Amino acid sequence: MIRDITLGQYYPAKSIIHQLDPRVKLVTTMIFIISLFVAKGILGYLIATLFLAMTIRMSKVPFRYITKGLKAIFMILMITVVFNLFLINGDVVLWRFGFLRITDKGVRTAFFMAVRLIYLIIGSSIMTLTTTPNDLTDGLEKLLGPLKKIHVPVHEIAMMMSIALRFIPILLEETDKIMKAQIARGADFETGNLIQKAKAMVPLLVPLFISAFRRANDLAMAMEARCYRGGDGRTKMKPLHYESKDKTAYVVVWGYLGLVVAAAYVQGLYGVALL
Amino acid sequence: MSIKVKNVNYIYAENTAYEIHALEDINLEIPDGQFIGLIGHTGSGKSTLVQHLNGLMKATGGRIYFNGRDIYGENFSMKELRSKVGLVFQYPEHQLFEIDVLSDVCFGPRNLGLSREEAEKKAKEALRMVGMGEEYDKSSPFELSGGQKRRVAIAGVLAMEPEVLILDEPTAGLDPRGRDEILDQIEKLQKERGITVVLVSHSMEDVARYVDRIIVMNHGRVRFDDTPREVFRHYKELEEIGLAAPQMTYVMQELKEKGADVDADATTIEEAADAIERWLKG
Amino acid sequence: MIRAEELTFEYERLDEEGNVESKKRAVDHVNLHIRPGKFIAILGHNGSGKSTLAKHINAILTPTEGTLWVDGMDTTEEDRLWNIRQEAGMVFQNPDNQIIGTVVEEDVGFGPENLGVPTDEIWERVEESLNAVGMLKYRHHSPNKLSGGQKQRVAIAGVMAMHPRCIVLDEPTAMLDPDGRASVIRTAKKLNQEEGITIILITHYMEEVVEADHVFVMDDGKVVMEGNPRAIFSQVEELKRLRLDVPQATLLAFELQKRGIPIPDGILSNEELVGHLCQLKSKM
Repeated sequence: MIRDITLGQYYPAKSIIHQLDPRVKLVTTMIFIISLFVAKGILGYLIATLFLAMTIRMSKVPFRYITKGLKAIFMILMITVVFNLFLINGDVVLWRFGFLRITDKGVRTAFFMAVRLIYLIIGSSIMTLTTTPNDLTDGLEKLLGPLKKIHVPVHEIAMMMSIALRFIPILLEETDKIMKAQIARGADFETGNLIQKAKAMVPLLVPLFISAFRRANDLAMAMEARCYRGGDGRTKMKPLHYESKDKTAYVVVWGYLGLVVAAAYVQGLYGVALL
Repeated sequence: MSIKVKNVNYIYAENTAYEIHALEDINLEIPDGQFIGLIGHTGSGKSTLVQHLNGLMKATGGRIYFNGRDIYGENFSMKELRSKVGLVFQYPEHQLFEIDVLSDVCFGPRNLGLSREEAEKKAKEALRMVGMGEEYDKSSPFELSGGQKRRVAIAGVLAMEPEVLILDEPTAGLDPRGRDEILDQIEKLQKERGITVVLVSHSMEDVARYVDRIIVMNHGRVRFDDTPREVFRHYKELEEIGLAAPQMTYVMQELKEKGADVDADATTIEEAADAIERWLKG
Repeated sequence: MIRAEELTFEYERLDEEGNVESKKRAVDHVNLHIRPGKFIAILGHNGSGKSTLAKHINAILTPTEGTLWVDGMDTTEEDRLWNIRQEAGMVFQNPDNQIIGTVVEEDVGFGPENLGVPTDEIWERVEESLNAVGMLKYRHHSPNKLSGGQKQRVAIAGVMAMHPRCIVLDEPTAMLDPDGRASVIRTAKKLNQEEGITIILITHYMEEVVEADHVFVMDDGKVVMEGNPRAIFSQVEELKRLRLDVPQATLLAFELQKRGIPIPDGILSNEELVGHLCQLKSKM
C-alpha cells in the first residue's frame, strides 16, 4: 500500500509522447521553460498555449492529472499575483485604497507571471507523467554525458538517483513499521508541543538511520559481488537510440522556440499595439 | 480478564480499486493464561488481526472488548490497552534505539508515566525474565547477537507489564538453539506469570510443541480454532490453504497408511515416540 | 573448483584513536575442497563464521592468513578479482538489499552490464536466467511488489545472468516464509542438476541440507564436522551441542533409539523411518 506510491507520478498510457526518447522530453521541457521567459505579450503566449495544448492532447493523460501539480504551488501563485498586482507602478491607476493601488502595468505583469508559472508546472508535469523515473535517469545520464570530460561524476549521480528511487518506498514502509513498533511501546508521535514532538522522533529516526546504513552497506556489497566497478566499460541493457519520431519532435520543438522568438521580435517592433 | 473479538471486519481502501477485505467476520475469545498459536500463510490476515488486538489498527466493522470494555468506546484509553496487550514485532531492529539495553527497556514504562526509578525497576525485572543478565544492562543494544536483541525487544514490551503478550514470529532468522531458548523462555513466562501468549508463527513444529490452542487464518477468516491435535488432524485441508502439519503428523499418517494400528494424532516427537512404542510393544 | 588452505580471517576492532583494540578470529585455519558440480551445504549457528567464509569465495573479504583459490585463481590477486566474482556469484540473506533495479529484468541485466556484455546478449541472458528461476512472467514487475521468495529468485537470476560456475547462497532463506524457502531451495537444486552449477548453500535449516552431496559444519570459525548428510545427522547429540538441530524424522528415530528400539543411525526422511518401523513390527 505505501509501496504503491510512485515517485514522479508516472501515468501509464500508450501515446506518442510516452514513446519519445527521454532526452527529447528533457530538452523539450527546458526549451519550453526558456520560451516562457522569452515570450513577450499576447502573441508569444498564444503560441505557447497552442504548443502546450497540442502536447497535452497527444500525451493522452487526463487533464485533471496534469492540473494536480498546480495545487502544490497555489500559495506561491497567489503571493506572486498579489505582489505584482500591488507593487508594480504603472501609468494608469485603476483602483486605489489608501497606499494600495493597482495599475494597468501591475495587472499585466501579474497576469503574465501567473500564466508563466502555471505553464511551467504543467509543462514539467507532462514530462514526469509520461516518463518513468528510470527513463528520466537514463536520459539525464546520457544528456549530461559531455560533462564527464570536466570530471562531473555523471554516471554516479544517475546511479544514485535510481537507487534512491528503488529504496524510498522500502524506507517509507520501514518507517511505518518502526512507528507501529514504538507506538506499541506507548510512544506518542502526535501530541505535545514542537520540542516534545521533535524529541518523540528520536525512537523513530535512530532505528531508521541504522537500518538505512545497514541497507547501504549490504547493497554496496551486493553490487560489488555483481562486478560493479563504476561506469567505465559498462554496457547498457536498454541503450537510448533516437528514432525518426524523436528527430521530428526535435524539429517541432526548435521550430516552436523560433516562432516564440520571432513573436517577441515582432512585439518589440510594434510595441504596445499588440498589447 | 479477556479479549473478545465480535464480528470484526477490516476493509483496506474501501470503495477504491485497491479494496482488500483483510479481515472478514472474525469472532474470537482469548481467555486468561492461554498459550495460543496463530498460523496462516503470508497475507492471510494474521498480522492485521494482531494489530487490531492492541488498537494499532481500527476495525472498519465490529467490536473488540478488552476485559468487558469496548475498546472503540468513549473514554477508553488506547495507551492503556497497548500496555495491557503487548505486541512484539518481528524485527527487534525496528524498536531498539537507546544507548544501552536498560534505557531501551525503560522506554515503554516511561511512556506510561512512571518515574525513572520505577521504570528502571520494571525494566530490570523484565530483562531478568527474558534471561538477560545484569552484565548486559549497560551494553549497546546494537552490539548484541540476534537472539539477545530479540530478548531485549521482548523485555521492552514486558516492562509495561502486559496481561497479554503477542509475538510476531519471534524466532525468524535465529539458529535452532536460539529458537528453542526464546520459545522456552516464553513458555516459562506463560506458565509462571500467567501471561496470555499469542505466538504468530510459520513453524508447525514450534506451534505443536508449545501451544494449547491454534487459530488458523486464511483469506482474512478464521479457518480452524482448536487444540493442536484437532487442528492437525485436518492436515489435508491445511495443505490446501498453503500450510502444512508438523512432520510428526506425516510420519504417523504414513505408518497408518502402511496398515499400522497407531494413534495417528501425535504432533510432537514425544507423542509420536510414545505412540510408536505402544504400537510396537502392543 | 574451490580450495581453501589454512584460511584464516580476523576482524579488528578499533578504538577511538584507530588503534587495534581487540581481534576476533572469525575463520580459523579452514581447509576445504569443493569439486565442481556439487551441491554443498555449510551449516553452523549464528556467529560460527560461515558467512565470513562465504564472503571469501566471492573475494569480498580476503584472508588474513592462508589462501583461497576459486578455479585456480588466488583471491588475493587483484587483477583476477572480476573474473573471480563472475565465476563465483553470490546471493545474500536480505532480498531487499541486493536488488538494484527498479524493474525485475533491469536488475537481472545489472551484472552483465557491469561485465560489458553487448546489449543483444544481455537480453538473451536476462531471458534465459529469468526462465531458469521461473520468474520470466514477472520481468516487467517492480521488485517491491514481489514476495520474499520471488525476490530471492530474481537475485539468483541476477547472478545466473553473469554465467557463473558456482553460486554461493548466504542464508538465502533466513528471512522467508516456508513457501518462499521451499521455492528458493527448489531453484538452487534445479540449477545444480540441470545447469551443472556448483551450489554452496549456507544455512541453519536442517531440512535444506538433507539432499546435499556434502556437508560442512562450522563452529567458532573452524570446520568441526564434514561428510555426507547421513553421516552428519547420525551425530544428533554433537549437532545439538553445536546449537544446531536435525530433521524431525532423525530426531524421532533418535528418541526411539533412546527408548531401546533398534533403529539404525542417520535416518533422514519420514519414508525411511516408516520403512524401518514396519520391518521391525513384522519381525516381532
